[in-house]
Amino acid sequence: MRIKIMMIASCCTLSLAQPAAAAADNIKDKAEELRQEHGGGIFHMFMLETDYGRNEDGSVASWDWEGWVGTDENKLWLKSEGELTDGKLAEAEIWALYSRNVATFWDAQAGLRYDVKPDSQAYLTLGFTGLAPYFFETEAHLFISENGDFTGRLRQENDFLLTQKLVLQPYAEANLSAQEVPEQEIGAGLADAKIGLQTRYEITRKFAPYVDVHYGRKFGETSSIAKSNGEENDELVGSVGLRLMF
Amino acid sequence: MRKHHLVVVALLGTIIISSSAHAKTTEYDLTIDRTPVNITGKTLVKVTANGGIPAPTLRFVEGDDAVIHVTNKMSEDTSIHWHGLILPGGMDGVPGFNDFLGIPPGETFTYRFKIKQTGTYWYHAHSMGQEQDGLYGSIIAAPSGKDPIEAERDYVVVLSDFSEEDSDDIMMNLKMSSDYYSTARRTLGDFFSDVKTQGADKAWKTAKEWGDMRMSQTDLADVTGYTFLVNGKSPEQNWTGIFKPGEKVRLRFINASAMSFFDVRIPGLKMSVVQSDGQNVEPVKVDEFRISPAETYDVLVTPAEDRAYTIAAEPIDRTGFAIATLATREGMKGDIPKARPRALLKMGDMGGMDMSDMEMTPADMKSGWSEAGTPAGDKALSYSDLRYAGIQKDTREPGRTIEVHLGGNMERYIWTINDKKFSEAEPIRLKYGERVRLNFTNDTMMAHPMHLHGMFVQLENGQPAEKLPNKHVVVVPPGQSYSVLLTADEAGEWAMHCHLLFHMMSGMMTKVVVAKLDAEDVPATKDTTGAGSAQGGHDAH
Repeated sequence: MRIKIMMIASCCTLSLAQPAAAAADNIKDKAEELRQEHGGGIFHMFMLETDYGRNEDGSVASWDWEGWVGTDENKLWLKSEGELTDGKLAEAEIWALYSRNVATFWDAQAGLRYDVKPDSQAYLTLGFTGLAPYFFETEAHLFISENGDFTGRLRQENDFLLTQKLVLQPYAEANLSAQEVPEQEIGAGLADAKIGLQTRYEITRKFAPYVDVHYGRKFGETSSIAKSNGEENDELVGSVGLRLMF
Repeated sequence: MRKHHLVVVALLGTIIISSSAHAKTTEYDLTIDRTPVNITGKTLVKVTANGGIPAPTLRFVEGDDAVIHVTNKMSEDTSIHWHGLILPGGMDGVPGFNDFLGIPPGETFTYRFKIKQTGTYWYHAHSMGQEQDGLYGSIIAAPSGKDPIEAERDYVVVLSDFSEEDSDDIMMNLKMSSDYYSTARRTLGDFFSDVKTQGADKAWKTAKEWGDMRMSQTDLADVTGYTFLVNGKSPEQNWTGIFKPGEKVRLRFINASAMSFFDVRIPGLKMSVVQSDGQNVEPVKVDEFRISPAETYDVLVTPAEDRAYTIAAEPIDRTGFAIATLATREGMKGDIPKARPRALLKMGDMGGMDMSDMEMTPADMKSGWSEAGTPAGDKALSYSDLRYAGIQKDTREPGRTIEVHLGGNMERYIWTINDKKFSEAEPIRLKYGERVRLNFTNDTMMAHPMHLHGMFVQLENGQPAEKLPNKHVVVVPPGQSYSVLLTADEAGEWAMHCHLLFHMMSGMMTKVVVAKLDAEDVPATKDTTGAGSAQGGHDAH
């Protein structure tokens, strides 16, 4: 303590019955509690979107579960997303990131992404998430696979209110690759991109059914690989879903 | 130095003398519990004192020894803060300050302090969100002699915002999504109607400017869904104060809301404001006044007709009314005024931000927040109207100015003082007896009612030094600065915080320590007048 304080108030008014040491501990605990209760608390937010729909070939069901638990500064960020086509698991990712608030609107993140499907693969993940000017919710991540391949993903979305409850949410996502990844049928450069529009009705902020339409397309070398395998290089999906916040 | 030792000795002396003198002891028992209440038609478990919301009105006479036994029947800690009362730090009721540990479950804590003042005050929990959940009540300290404010009727009017949700859930929801409770966000339709009225160019520019800042023009209240109460009664339950035509009625308005500012009016009656934050002021005739959370105003009205007059307190986001009635008999109800339009924030509410590259007309530069919709010709109370009814004893120039920046990150629901949350902040240290200026600058787009525990501050509202009004809460409007003077004459650790409960809980609080410091420890940085000498008597600058 730099400053020697003689508390006039405490010497006049307080006569604690407890032994002094225990009282000091209590006061310390209480002061710590007070910090927790005024800015140091732990909170959480999770958002789950599940939907079911169709593309030209059959049924598509997908989930996107994302959220965090932690303080204002330090969070554990968890995410899982995936897709079933015709009832079969086609894609599934699980993420766990440490997320640190580095600027007013931005968190820097680092951690792991693990893909169950199409290939079992782990990635070191670095990136950031936050709110860009004009209210664009933004996620940008770089992935380094076990084999040393560099890929990246950028996602943005924005809310436009028709009413206080009816919300249009356009979104866009792009996957990029620094090199060819033959075992995943990905070429170098822009691999694929998706644009979509979710229209949701917020019965409450935590419970909102929605309809979603999105168009996805493969590009460049990735597109050529798909074609040479006799696969489509684009798809249009329409679905209905439910968004929950908890 | 010697002077200060003398002060201490004198202080101790006063306490010994005064406690040995004959004084009346006024004793109360308060039992705090979570019990079912039904205010909105739905039975909810809320925090009650002696079973009710609000807690009972505690009446004292100046000079009384107050003895209040507070028993905690809940399964969590509680505490009670006596808002506006000058008392020893250990009795102030903020757990973690002045060696006060809160009141653990099952225990009784006895508060003991002398009533050193007169006026209308209040009390509330200072633990978590218990104040939002119902723990608030009024205090009346009557003068030992004749009250200079004379009235035939005297009513307490406690305004509050009652939520069906628990305060913990509200806090969590705000952290999940800071606009969780926004019910008036700008829509695409609003944008197109702006295009129609202002032209595409201007509408686009406005939308672009707000979008660039990532801020909302409609952010007047963080929490909605409230039922607004008067003395614990909903508008339907209609609390009624009885009068006989021609009688002078004193109304003691206390805003015990967690989050709501109100514009208060009684259509058909002029109000004479006679007290502000418990301290008598020279009467000001008004048609309406804005009251922030934790402020109090006493007004006198003289209803002349044999009819019902509606007391209407409208929250500034215009999401309802707290309604009560002054009537000549029970069961009467007056007209409920039409809701006023909701104000929109403007660029003028955005102080401290770089707006150099924006194109703004003078109309954009005005404060949207302060637009109350007062009808032309009506008088709304302004801080500059307040003149202390007595003569201020300490009219010294402040020895130094302490800058207090009110900041925040609305997107993440983080609120700060001088860029720090309470969890990270160092205390503000004041030397016992020193006179300082606190200069509040609001860098956010919300108004913050700043409350200092333990001592009154004097608003620098343009009145002469001896007439500056005492306040325990000062509202700092969005984007503006407001300064107050303070004589640090109460030793202890005092909380200073925004009285919007969820701002405080998100960090907008700091500790002010008034203590005897060594000369070299008196802070000298950022002092505008470079004073802070250990010599005392800062009068001649």
